[in-house]
Amino acid sequence: MTVGFIMMCHTALDRAAQVARFWSVAGCPVVIHVDRRVPRHEFREFVQALADLENVSFSRRYACEWGTWSLVAATQTAAMQMLMQHRNVRHVYLASGSCLPLRPTNELVDYLNERPNTDFVESVTTADVTWTVGGIDYERFTLRFPFSWRRQRKLFDTYVRLQRRFRVNRKIPNGIVPHLGSQWWCLTRQTLSAILEDKDRAKYDSYFRRVWIPDESYFQTLARLYSTNIESRSLTLSKFDFQGKPHTFYDDHLQLLRRSDCFVARKIWPHADRLFEAFLAPPETQAARAEPNPGKIDRLFAKAVERRKRGRPGLYMQSRFPVKDHENGKTCAPYSVFHGFSDLFENFDGWLARSVGGRVHGHIFGPDGVEFAGDETIFNGALICSAKLRDHNPRSFLTNLIWNTRGERQCFQFSPRDNQECNWFMATDPNAQISVVSGTWAVPLLRSNLNFSEIRKEAARLQKLETEHLEILRTMYVKARVRIWTMAEFIENPMEPLQTIIDEIRPRSSRQPAEVPKLVDLTGFGQFLQNMKNQGMQPMLMGDFAVGLDPRPPLPEQNRPYLVR
Amino acid sequence: MGVWGRYRLRLRRKRLRFRAFRRRRELSVVVNRTKEIGRSDILVFAVLRNERVRLPYFLRYYRDLGVNRFLIVENGSDDGSREYLAEQKDVSLWTTSASYKGSRYGVDWVNWLLMRYGHKHWTLTVDVDEFFIYPFCDTRPIRALTDWLDTYALRAFPAMVLDMYPKGSIEATQYREGQNPFEIANYFDSGNYMISKNPTFRNLWIQGGPRARMMFADNPQEAPSLNKIPLVKWHRSYCFASSTHMLLPRGLNAVYDEWGGERPAGCLLHAKFLSTLKSKVDEEMVRKQHFAGSREYLAYAETLKDDPDLWCKWSEKYINWRQLEILGLMSKGNWA
Repeated sequence: MTVGFIMMCHTALDRAAQVARFWSVAGCPVVIHVDRRVPRHEFREFVQALADLENVSFSRRYACEWGTWSLVAATQTAAMQMLMQHRNVRHVYLASGSCLPLRPTNELVDYLNERPNTDFVESVTTADVTWTVGGIDYERFTLRFPFSWRRQRKLFDTYVRLQRRFRVNRKIPNGIVPHLGSQWWCLTRQTLSAILEDKDRAKYDSYFRRVWIPDESYFQTLARLYSTNIESRSLTLSKFDFQGKPHTFYDDHLQLLRRSDCFVARKIWPHADRLFEAFLAPPETQAARAEPNPGKIDRLFAKAVERRKRGRPGLYMQSRFPVKDHENGKTCAPYSVFHGFSDLFENFDGWLARSVGGRVHGHIFGPDGVEFAGDETIFNGALICSAKLRDHNPRSFLTNLIWNTRGERQCFQFSPRDNQECNWFMATDPNAQISVVSGTWAVPLLRSNLNFSEIRKEAARLQKLETEHLEILRTMYVKARVRIWTMAEFIENPMEPLQTIIDEIRPRSSRQPAEVPKLVDLTGFGQFLQNMKNQGMQPMLMGDFAVGLDPRPPLPEQNRPYLVR
Repeated sequence: MGVWGRYRLRLRRKRLRFRAFRRRRELSVVVNRTKEIGRSDILVFAVLRNERVRLPYFLRYYRDLGVNRFLIVENGSDDGSREYLAEQKDVSLWTTSASYKGSRYGVDWVNWLLMRYGHKHWTLTVDVDEFFIYPFCDTRPIRALTDWLDTYALRAFPAMVLDMYPKGSIEATQYREGQNPFEIANYFDSGNYMISKNPTFRNLWIQGGPRARMMFADNPQEAPSLNKIPLVKWHRSYCFASSTHMLLPRGLNAVYDEWGGERPAGCLLHAKFLSTLKSKVDEEMVRKQHFAGSREYLAYAETLKDDPDLWCKWSEKYINWRQLEILGLMSKGNWA
């Protein structure tokens, strides 16, 4: 007993001829259907190329269009021809012209001989199918689809909508249960002939003629009526992507295909010479087979689909530029923004670097240039410290910085003096940890050598900018981890909030900060604020400072606050 | 964009095409082998001037990718480029002594040739110093890519310009004819590209790389654009609006995904920073035929004076396309 192949061909006929020869030489009859739209001379050449093989025959040609009945009609005719002409065929294998056998034919024959009554046809009820295209699944069977989806899309869509509006509900004949599945099946003579010789076949045919993509449901459904033993899987390896298009195999997939557990693969790029050479070689010359590992192929294609649909989080590039809120990760890794800390502590970045590790930058949005960690003028990915270049596109700068340093946490300082363009972006980024001590921008002004009127003006500007930033950080749209203290609040006990932030950055580090960061000298700060008030400006963001009572750094015994861990 | 805006773009496209049609008179045939173009041939279009030393490798590179035909406009060369190209069996050559600037930096000429010979072909429009790479370019010929694009009915494929430069002085190593330029210029910037969207044409505007870093840091607005769409399944109603940066109709420019996914994309390795640059710049400073008052060339001249080193310690050494994909400069998309 043997297996007969039906091949549905429309392009790359030279390759189809090679494959047909391979099967035919191994003693398997082949019936080939060639699309009627193939030009006559090409068809004739094809026939000529296979003329020497007596178990290869051609069936009546139909003009086949994707998604229509013509494909089923062509298959039926070819199957009838196969069953009539070749009595010794027990299984009929439906393949396409772009299929490639992955294993010697005798292995397939042996495999099927061991399972003489098994039908290999993927056959799933519509409720369990998730891969249908266009959102039409059960409606395939209850609506009518007389128009071509490819050529008459508008008519197709309108007619579907119209039917939905008028609640068209076709009756499914004889209460058959619609099943769907891959159109590449392998059925036994018993089942196939039962389907083709059914007394109700005319009824079924006229029903399926108006079903959407009947080649995925006709045999899959009717096999359920007659088969005694269905194994619901396809022997053909065929991977579909999210748009319902089959993935193509190329030369570089050779090793993967060798490890497939399927007998036939689809679809193969017709110019993949190495694949055809390797798999169509006579069985005795083929390389020894590796242990099947189909998971590898699955992973490869699953990853490709994932990349196409979700992409790499935080990556902005020529072919991935998500609109706002569809970024799937605005940046690629967590980072920390310290707003106002550097004005309050001496050498805060140095201290932070010692406490948390990672990369601690200065004010990367600073007005005079980018302050990279370690005073570098150029950083990962060849970012440079020019403020002009950064301000040309601050958002790209930030996302590039985070992307270029994947695997290493970035921390940087921020203040209202810096470029504020990324405030919304960072506030809505779940990767950002933003810690704010408000009002500390006044500290450098206290020590600055400016006329008081200029100081006042600058203070008013910075206060306005910081207020705006704080407003953003308090909206309901915030996705970042935000903490805000006023300066007065913060300096009462700076270690506790700092410890919280550090613990969040380094959750499992047992390392306590070796030392306390040194608070800058704040002598005269209360008076300074009062002076500003006296000049008619209201400094609000630093909290309450009494005149004359200068904030003092915490006493030495408070160095190591007791923390419950 | 409203109906009026769209209509204006349509008029613009018609105008550009008419302009290209008129400029056809500026081209005179040297060798026309377009009769031999097969129905499914992949065509390369290029405009060049005095590139004799680069030509052998350029042609070899694209032949190896599986390009079948070259259609080249030669603009007043005097270094033997014309004679060399005319001998090549797969090159159709036109020559012109008209103004490069007057034809919008060669775009009008290319638009005309595309309109006339590119219809229904996959066409690759590049400069002689641009080398197209795409996912799997080391194992799959370019036809594998175009066939794949065809199955998805994609009409255009993006490839960002990636400026390549040597370590040390540009002048240090002399480029020899036939040599792979990336044996010398084998470094690039991996992560300093700035992207924004052009709402009128819907294309992405990408700047950055060594040129922005070294020559336009104080004037980033004018840094050269790096976004390009060189590979297009041409239709005679299309045209390039500005070099190969933008196409009309503008739907062709939407080669990127906006919902978080990645589409496939390649790169154009740009072998500009070679020993050949100096003489080119000197020549262009006299001709003044380049874009925007040749400001790019002015900047080159200014920078080259001090014999600069574009290399920095974060420069990445080029290995292959997989490296570029990992770095996020190009993508396989759903092509596996």
